[in-house]
Amino acid sequence: MVWLTGGSLALGLLMVFGLFGLVAIRGFSTFWPSEVVRFTTESGEVVLGQVRGSEERLLTEDQLQQLEDQKGAETVAAVRANGDRTERRRVRSVNLFDTDKNTTAWFDDFELEGSTAGLDGAWERAIERPEWALTVERYAEGRYFGELVGFRSGDTVEEDLDAAWAAFEASRARVDEARADWKYIVGVRIGRDLSAATKDAELSARKVALNEGEGSVEHLAAVARAEELGDENALLTKELQAEANTIEQGARDAALLVRNARGEVDEIEVWDVVRAIPANRIGTLGALGVYVDRWLEFLIDDPRKANMEGGVFPAIFGTVLLTLLMCFVVVPFGVLAALYLREYAKQGLIVSIVRVAVNNLAGVPSIVFGVFGLGFFCYFVGGELIDPLFFPHYGNEPVYGGGGIMWASLTLALLTLPVVIVATEEALAAVPSSMREGSYACGATKWQTIRRIVLPRAMPGIMTGMILAIARGAGEVAPLMLVGAMKVAQSLPLDAQGLHPERKFMHLGFHIYDLGFQSPDSEAAIPMVYTTTLLLILIVVALNLTGVWVRSRLRQRYAAAGA
Amino acid sequence: MNEPPTTRPAVQGTVRPDDVRSVFDAVSKGEAFETCVHPEVAEEDAVLEVSDFDLWYGEKRALYQIGMRVPVGKVTALIGPSGCGKSTLLRCVNRMNDLIDSVRIEGDMRLSGDGIYGPKVDVIELRKRIGMVFQKPNPFPMSIFENVIYSLRIDGERNRTVLDEVCERSLRGAGLWDEVKDRLQDSALALSGGQQQRLCIARAIAAEPEVLLLDEPCSALDPIATGRIEDLIEELKGAYSILMVTHNMQQASRASDYTAFMYLGRMIEFGPTESIFLRPELQETEDYVTGRFG
Ligand SMILES: Nc1ncnc2c1ncn2[C@@H]1O[C@H](COP(=O)(O)OP(=O)(O)OP(=O)(O)O)[C@@H](O)[C@H]1O
Ligand SMILES: [Mg+2]
Repeated sequence: MVWLTGGSLALGLLMVFGLFGLVAIRGFSTFWPSEVVRFTTESGEVVLGQVRGSEERLLTEDQLQQLEDQKGAETVAAVRANGDRTERRRVRSVNLFDTDKNTTAWFDDFELEGSTAGLDGAWERAIERPEWALTVERYAEGRYFGELVGFRSGDTVEEDLDAAWAAFEASRARVDEARADWKYIVGVRIGRDLSAATKDAELSARKVALNEGEGSVEHLAAVARAEELGDENALLTKELQAEANTIEQGARDAALLVRNARGEVDEIEVWDVVRAIPANRIGTLGALGVYVDRWLEFLIDDPRKANMEGGVFPAIFGTVLLTLLMCFVVVPFGVLAALYLREYAKQGLIVSIVRVAVNNLAGVPSIVFGVFGLGFFCYFVGGELIDPLFFPHYGNEPVYGGGGIMWASLTLALLTLPVVIVATEEALAAVPSSMREGSYACGATKWQTIRRIVLPRAMPGIMTGMILAIARGAGEVAPLMLVGAMKVAQSLPLDAQGLHPERKFMHLGFHIYDLGFQSPDSEAAIPMVYTTTLLLILIVVALNLTGVWVRSRLRQRYAAAGA
Repeated sequence: MNEPPTTRPAVQGTVRPDDVRSVFDAVSKGEAFETCVHPEVAEEDAVLEVSDFDLWYGEKRALYQIGMRVPVGKVTALIGPSGCGKSTLLRCVNRMNDLIDSVRIEGDMRLSGDGIYGPKVDVIELRKRIGMVFQKPNPFPMSIFENVIYSLRIDGERNRTVLDEVCERSLRGAGLWDEVKDRLQDSALALSGGQQQRLCIARAIAAEPEVLLLDEPCSALDPIATGRIEDLIEELKGAYSILMVTHNMQQASRASDYTAFMYLGRMIEFGPTESIFLRPELQETEDYVTGRFG
């Protein structure tokens, strides 16, 4: 029996740690800038790119036969000489027909040029590591791999590579600054402030129309005001856009000259470059710098390129905020419900049925909660009650009538309610009756006893419930897809103006799903999937540890005897 | 049940059956009998009067026609074999039995003349006039200070000087002040068992109750702690009327002024402690206090 139980535990732990280990190793390695290699395949194709993993495989007789048909006897002989084994590597490179994209493909050792001489060491013989090979991360497109051949600034071209690189680095600072200005104008001034002001004016005009009647004097005045403001803003937008264009033009004068795998020289403007890494030159320390830099970008920046590059800050923010909002709802609700069940309700058949029902609620598939949240919160409460009542001037445009962080947190709260109720009930039941009696004997009312004795005493148990709720809720994705998680959210649900409960939000769990299954280039997105998963796990763990820490503080307070 | 009856001196005043065996016989047969109350009791002013009090736990009857006058400013001990209903009777005084759904009572109890049971009685107000200390120390999960002033807190008292004053007075009253005065903000749960029990006494006397109910206050304590509590009871006497359950005959004889002997839910004999222990009127009482029975 000991062996059986211990064995099960060990197996369970092994699987959990195996999974976590996989996620951790893959997740942590994503941002390491690995070397850039160039090799030629047997068919004469030149590949320049990064190795993203390798595996050894054993070919079956059938596969060997097939290989012989395709590649000839020499290749098969080489594989056979290697004991039917071959190693293959996954290489990410630029798609040469569409340099916007990346291609990730497997290359077997026997496909390399010169592999017929023997598979052993074929890879090392086939590859070279060009000293000035660059990994270029671009804002709008995928990664670019190429060899530096020069740097153009205006009309002058610097061909000495060290000097070219120095010139690139020097122009970086200037271009980055320009880009920041440009981004502020386009993203904040035009994209947010002006369009919001225009929209506000239109909305208030519609509001006036609703209050004072269509076509009334006030309405016409408001419409005129809105139009005037709209025109003003349109003009301003034009001016700002022109300013942004000037900035952009001014900064688009410098470019890296890079030779791709086919030997053609491409120009990559510094303006389009996020980061260029001479991967084979930087050494470990330099690589570490890039690694840290990429992590920082990942943690604090917005995503770009269909979420596959850049950061996940909005998703981190959304996840944490959603989880906190959920706690704020579910803990008070769950505690009150448990208090009623345990302290006020007359114990009997009905309470037992309610209890069983609550427990079963925990087993309902989470998507069902999502559907309920969409139907009840979004469409009914939001769409039927709140919007017509408070936002009639929005017309058919939903405010609370669609998904949003408030509805999402309420849905999650519903989902995690059973956990909190059950944990709280247990904690309440564990409060010794001698303490309650002592309180009653002092002349305390039931509520005073609950508030001053029972609840503080049960607090650690309630915290346990909260921790479990966080663990359950923070990793939940399915219901969120229905009630407000977004692939890309324009604005955060919490900003300087305060909380915007109606706003849609990004969420790490949804982000993982989106990257892994919805992205245009899922092969290239896989490493980011691991990294994002790792981050989500770490955030959940961090939230839980906070809960555990608070609980242990509470325990210390009520520590020792009398338990 | 036990030894055959012996010849006994005649008792004046109260009713007693001719056959000395008949009390326990009557009790075990469920027949009526009358409590043997010593005349001295009647001379005292009563803080608590119990008359014809019955109690049932569901179908099970636990108290039979209890009648008793608890003298004011004195210590009254309740003794009797385990399960005879001492705790039940004590818990009826501050209506702690209201917390048990199955309990049903009949009869009357009065605290300083005011009815304890009755439709108009405010139980919360009533409990504030009565202090209770339980068998097992039950300090609350809060600081020593907050424990002592708990009954003032729930009344909404905020004045810091009043709270400090009550805290010190109660802790001094319970003989705990010197030991804890430097750590009033520490958790009460960190105190020793004996200290915790004195803390519970301090908590019970903080609201200056008219009666103090002690249910085997020393049974969870070692002899030294027990001695301290007994000294404390001695000191509290006079200022408070105390009704105390105990299993310890020495304790009852040392600490109390009056003693009531209960058996199977009945009040058998009630009188000054000295008479109960040295010259009980009933053979059964003598058998019990001398340890020949029970
Ligand atoms: N909550 C309850 N429900 C049902 N019966 C009870 C309950 N509490 C006590 N009783 C019964 O009432 C009778 C008297 O119990 P009580 O606790 O008053 O005895 P006691 O004299 O205090 O005994 P002890 O000296 O062991 O404390 C016992 O027979 C007991 O089984
Ligand atoms: Mg008892």
